This record gives sequence, structure tokens and C-alpha cells, in this order.
Amino acid sequence: MIAFLIKRLMHAILVMFVISVLAFAIQDNLGDPVQQMVGQSVPESEREAIRERLGLNDPFIVQYARFAKNAVQGDFGDSYFYREPALEVIARHLPATLELVFAATLIIVLFSVPIGVYSAIKPRSPISRFFMGASIIGISIPVFLTAILLIQIFAIGITITLFPESTSWGAWLNGLLSTEGNMPSFGRGYDLVHVVGHWDTNLATWNGLQHLVLPAISLASIMLPLFIRLIRAEMMEVLQSEYVKYARAKGISMRRVYFVHALKNTMLPVITVGGVQIGTMVAYTILTETVFQWPGMGLMFLDAINRADIPLIVTYLMIVGVIFVVTNTIVDLIYGFVNPTVKLTGKPA
Amino acid sequence: MTFKKTLLASVIGAVVAGTTMLPMTASAETLRIGYSADPETLDIHEQLSGGMLRLSHLAFDPLVRWTKDFEFEPRLATEWEQVDETTTRMTLREGVKFHSGNDFTAKDVVWTIERLKESPDYRAIFEPVAGAEAVDDYTVEITTTEPYPLLLNLATYIFPMDSEFYTGETESGNEKAEIVKAGNSFASRNASGTGPFIITERRQGVRVDFERFEDYWDTESEGNVSKIVLTPIAENASRVAALLSGGVDFIDAVPPNDLDRVREAGNANLVEVDGTRIIGFQMNEERVEAFQDARVRQAVDLAINQEGIADRLMRGFATPASQFSPAGYSGHNPDLVPRYDIERAKELMAEAGYEEGFSVDMIAPNNRYVNDAQIAQAVANMLAQININVNLRTMPLAQYWPEYDERASDMAMIGWHADTEDTANFFQYLSFCIDEETGAGQYNYGSYCNEEIDALVTAADSETDLEKRNEMLREAEAMLYEDVGYITLHWQNLAYGAANGVDIEPVVNALDFPYLGDLVISR
Repeated sequence: MIAFLIKRLMHAILVMFVISVLAFAIQDNLGDPVQQMVGQSVPESEREAIRERLGLNDPFIVQYARFAKNAVQGDFGDSYFYREPALEVIARHLPATLELVFAATLIIVLFSVPIGVYSAIKPRSPISRFFMGASIIGISIPVFLTAILLIQIFAIGITITLFPESTSWGAWLNGLLSTEGNMPSFGRGYDLVHVVGHWDTNLATWNGLQHLVLPAISLASIMLPLFIRLIRAEMMEVLQSEYVKYARAKGISMRRVYFVHALKNTMLPVITVGGVQIGTMVAYTILTETVFQWPGMGLMFLDAINRADIPLIVTYLMIVGVIFVVTNTIVDLIYGFVNPTVKLTGKPA
Repeated sequence: MTFKKTLLASVIGAVVAGTTMLPMTASAETLRIGYSADPETLDIHEQLSGGMLRLSHLAFDPLVRWTKDFEFEPRLATEWEQVDETTTRMTLREGVKFHSGNDFTAKDVVWTIERLKESPDYRAIFEPVAGAEAVDDYTVEITTTEPYPLLLNLATYIFPMDSEFYTGETESGNEKAEIVKAGNSFASRNASGTGPFIITERRQGVRVDFERFEDYWDTESEGNVSKIVLTPIAENASRVAALLSGGVDFIDAVPPNDLDRVREAGNANLVEVDGTRIIGFQMNEERVEAFQDARVRQAVDLAINQEGIADRLMRGFATPASQFSPAGYSGHNPDLVPRYDIERAKELMAEAGYEEGFSVDMIAPNNRYVNDAQIAQAVANMLAQININVNLRTMPLAQYWPEYDERASDMAMIGWHADTEDTANFFQYLSFCIDEETGAGQYNYGSYCNEEIDALVTAADSETDLEKRNEMLREAEAMLYEDVGYITLHWQNLAYGAANGVDIEPVVNALDFPYLGDLVISR
């Protein structure tokens, strides 16, 4: 176990190193940060002075060595735009992203398990067919579009006048299909509760939760169909296996067969995929956070790219690399608990 | 009575709606703004940008400011007179207080001008100013090195800072007054101006909170905004959605595709203002020999349908241009109209010996100006009609400027706004013969050079008889129009969206910094 964790720690360090080299290597293609710092009419000599002060004129090796020297001491440089340490900036934006990912994960778990199991048990029922059809559409709609649609329907509101307003059924249908809006369409709201350090939470107030709903749904929308289909496929396979047949023959209640014997084995591959997908979700937050102006890491990263805020970009990429390593490690640990036949270090325990 | 009504209405509103997103502190006078960008810093001299000037007009006051019609309106300076050729005496407003409680006097103006001359972003603009001197507490004399006709234009950039507040050292031993680009200076985190609003809280990139300054000098202003919450919302669609869903009361930069949506919304209004930013193309004469021939340049201009672009591509959200200066600028020449004549263009190409045409590379940004990439595409298609084949590359802003600075393409798009709100500025940056020493023609991508025009504009810039000066600048516009040193397309309009009852129209202007201190909200 300890050996496994140490190995993973080395992984994380290697990942950070590789990412930092790559990020530094491409920084010239990220644009000129000085351009974003000065007015358009500022003469070249002034720009050159700023470039010199920021050390942007040094060769790649010199810049990287300077960065690496500070980085091993925990100093990843100052963000040009935020004017404070990049790590600090990320720490401030991280809670918002984690809360969003948490809420989306919750939605995914709450919906994908029952729907997936149901459609595996009753594959021919109309409800199952509906969910399968809907999940195809869900997978195909980009998260950006989902977000805009959600905003239009639930934040701005839509007025349907498709049916004749003069008839009572027409008016009723129009009223039924129209929405009021009123849901918040951007930001985290002004009603956050401070927890600890940089962590202000949306989860403690009604207003905060309202702000969280639409972004969480749109972030979940991309993964939910995937998980429904995955759980359904795995479950169907498990239901065909010998031990399930045996359990049935033994006369164990179907309820127990489905939810205790079958579901447990269904979840094994789901956990693996799920862990990796949570990492991917951090990447999807870039889109979701941009549309909803959610002040998390994704939005911060996109802004940093637009401003060519190199220290922040490099640090963000390294942190995301670590997040991937950490989630994979946790997945492997959980996997070991769920399925004791798996040996983490590859040696007999 | 009105107060009771408002209170009652908001209580009922909160109870009935249940889902209202207003914080409980919201009252009728809270203005929630969704701007496309938030101010980069609190140090108004650190960066010259639209966002910073907007902040300057909230937390600070200029000596004079522009009206909608490009006239000067007294603010902290109440009167001004020309004492001699190079000296202007300004009388300052009495009884003005800074946010820190300090009194505003002439020494603050002198201090601010000296600091401006230290700022990398303002230094060049304030080059003509030799210095300033406090005659007494409420009189200041500003001298220029040579006779300079645009001193009042510069005065719109002088937002007096609280010299006492910014003097001294911080705990870590840094000068409070120092200007540090993208650094953590005292002034970038603290502000004390005379403006209508005090900054109460700021979380960079997330929100800025303002509260009305109780001791604000301008008691005649009818503005009734007591609190401002500014949220940057960079994504166009999200910004519009925030307005339409009632999440914010006021947004800037409504994109052309959403103009109708905001216009027709039941709960919001659209306010359009003619802008002053010229959008156009430059032809690189260093790389393409044909562009050295004025006839080819004229042909390019004739082949481009400015009105078509403004009408269809921009959906009327632009004013077709045939010169640098928009209407209202001193050098605007009303006789110059956009040209569009394909036949004539073909003739000119033939005359110049390029009937067969040629191929050029073109670069344009894709997230800087309104519809920039589409405009470039349209221009490329138009040029194909006179057998100029355009190989177009578009790229994001952060990559565009380094590419632009290399001057390694044949045509490039650029928009320009004159910092001085004056005609001469366009020429000096975009069409003057390049001179590395003086910095002239810094953005003259095409290396276009016409010494006659340069001489005329330079002479105009030391001509203090404004009538005469305007005449000279109009003449320069006409000469550049004939010689086509720059392909003008249009001036990009400005569009704001405001919730019902937020009467934004009187306080917005072509300069894109709304005077929110004077905003009246009636709900």
C-alpha cells in the first residue's frame, strides 16, 4: 500500500515535470503577454522594457531553469493579470470548480444508477427505450448548446404561442409549454457561506443552490448518458452470468439478485470509467463555466489563455495533471476495496 | 410614499417569486452591471484601456470630460484660459473631497500630471506637456513645450489622485506612488479619488463593488445609484442572457446577432451609439510591389463595398467610413464618401498593368473587433472580383499582435481609436512614414509614406488657431482619401442593453465610458 502510494507520488512529480516542460516549450505560441498589459499606442521601447523586466527575453533554458528553481520551493510565479502567486489564484478558484463537479457527479450518480439498472432489467419497456433514445441525443448535444438552452428556458423564459390562444385548450397548452425563467443565469450569487480558507460554499443557502443548478445540470448532461448506457450494458452482461442464473434457481428474491449480487459486479468497471471521467469533467468545466460565468478554474484558465498569462497557464496545467493522477489513485484504491482480488502493487499480498 | 411602495413591492416580490436572485440588500438604486471585462487594476495610470477609463470615471473625476457632442464639460476644473502660447491656467473646483477625506487642491493636480509623465502607458501622450505648477490652492498652470492645441483633450485624462494618500512607503518598504506593470503595487490595490463611487470590495475577475461617495461634490447631479455591483461576463451570449433573465441591469457590447433580441425584449432596452473606432486594412508595400502603385490601392478601395458590409454583415451596427475621423471629430471631412465601383477598379488594375491580378496573404484577428473574421472573409471575396486572390488567416488576439508586429503578411486588419479623440492621432500612428526614432507610424503596417500629408498634419498639430487647424486636418483626410494610404471600412458602433427603468441613454457616449454617477434609475 505504502509502496503503491509512493509510486503514485513519483508519477505525479513526473507528470508535473513533463507538463511544465511542454507548457514552457509552447509559451511563445500562446501570444505576447505584454501586448495585453499596455495600451495600443504605447511605443515599442516601453514594451521592450517590460519584457526585459519580466524576463521574457531570456532563452527558453534560462527561463525554465528559473521557473523550476522556484517551483521546487513551491513558488510557481505570479500571475500577470491577478498580480499574485499563481498557486494562490488557483486555490481561490478551485472550490467553485470542485463544488460544480461535485454537484454534477451527484446528479450523474442519482440518475444513472436507477435508470441504467431499470433499462437493463426491462430492456423492452417503452420507458427504457425512451431513455436509450434520449441518451443518444444527450451524448450528441455539445455542453455549450445544452447550457445556452437551459439558460433560455429556465433563466430567461420562453413564451409559446404555437396554439390558438382563444381556445381554452390552446391557452392551456401554451401556458404549459411556456416557462417563467427566473433561475439565475450566471455566477455563484451573492449569498455564499464562508467555510474555511478560500472556500466559500454554494451548498449552504437556497440562493447558492439555485445558482448551482443550471451549471451542474449542463455539466452532468455530457456524462449522464454515457453512464446510463455503461451501467445498462454491464448490468445486462452480469445478468447473463452463471452465478446470477444460479442465484435465481436457488430462489433468492429478484430484488436481492438485482441490487446485491448483480449491481455490485456491475459497478466495478463503472468505477474505473467514472474515476477517469471525473478528471475529464474538470476539462469540461471550461465550457460550462464560461457560459455561466462560474468563477472557477475553467473560466480562469480560458481568461488566462486569452491574456497569455503564462505563469497561470503553466501552473493550471500542472495542477490538472496532479488532479488526474490523484483521481486515478483513488479509483485504484476503491477498486481494491470493492474487488479484493486486485493487487495494487502487482505482487501477491 | 415612493419608498414605502418600493419596499412593499420588493417584499411582495421576494415572497411571491421565491426564486428571486436579488440579494436582500438590493434596493431600487442598486445597479448590477455585466461588463465584458473588469478593470485590470486599481491603479488608473498602470494601463490605458477602456476598462481602466471606465473605472476612472467611477472612482475618480477628470479635470474636464467629453459630452456626447464632443464638447468639453467642466468637472474638477471650472474654468480655463490660455495665458500665453504655451501656458494654460485652470481654475479648480473648491470644496471637493477625496474618498480618504483629504481636500482636493492644486497640488494634487500637479502630482497627478507628474505621475502621468512617469507612466509607460501615458508618457507618450503627455509628451507635449512640460510640467504643471500650483499658483495657489485652486489655480494650476500647465505648460507645454511647444504651442499645443490639444491640451484640453489631454485634460480629459487627468483624473487627480489623492497625493497625500499615495505618498509614503508601504510596510514592505515600497513607494506607494510607484507604477508597476502587472505587479503588486500599493496603487494597484488601493484607490482614493474624488469620484462618485468608492470601491468597497474587489475580487479580480469575479466582481467589484462600489458604493456612492457621501461627500461627492456634484450635488446637482440627479444620479441616484447608491450601489454598483460589477460582474465581468466575457462571453457575449451569457452577458445578454444575464440581462434578459434579470440577473443584471446594464450590459455593454451587445453583439450584432443579439441586437434584435435585446431590442424586442419586454424587460430591457437597447441603446446604440455611433462609435469612433475605425476598422480597416493596411496594404504592405514592402512585400507587394503592386501596392506601391496608388492606382492599385485605389482599385482595392473601389472593390470593397463598405456600405454592404455595414448593412448586411454588421446589420447596420456600423457607420460606413471613407476617412479616419468620425463625425464630431475636428478633422472630419463631410465631402468624403465611401467609393464602390467594380468596373472602375478593374480599369485601374489594367492601367497599372495588373489585369491578371495577383495573390496576397491577409491576416485578421477573430476576437478583437465586432465580426472581425467575417469582415476579413467578405473583403477577401470582394477582392477576388478584381483578380486579387486572398489567402486569409485569422487568429485570436493574443497571437494576432505578435504576428502583426512582424509585418510578415501582405494585408492586415487593424482598428484604431484615437486616444486624444482627435484626427491627427490616426495619421500619426497609422499612416505616417515610419520613423523608429520618434515612434511615428508605429502601426503603419504597410510602410505607406506620403511626406506631404505628414507635413500638413505635423503643422496642424502646432497650430493653436483651431479653425485653421481643422481646415488643415480636413485637407489631410482628403489627400489620404485620394492616395488610399489606408482602406477604411467603418466605425464600429457601440450598443448597450439596460433593464427597464435604467435610463442609460443620457449617460452613454461614443467614448464607451458611461458616466454612471449621473445615472437615474426609476422603477
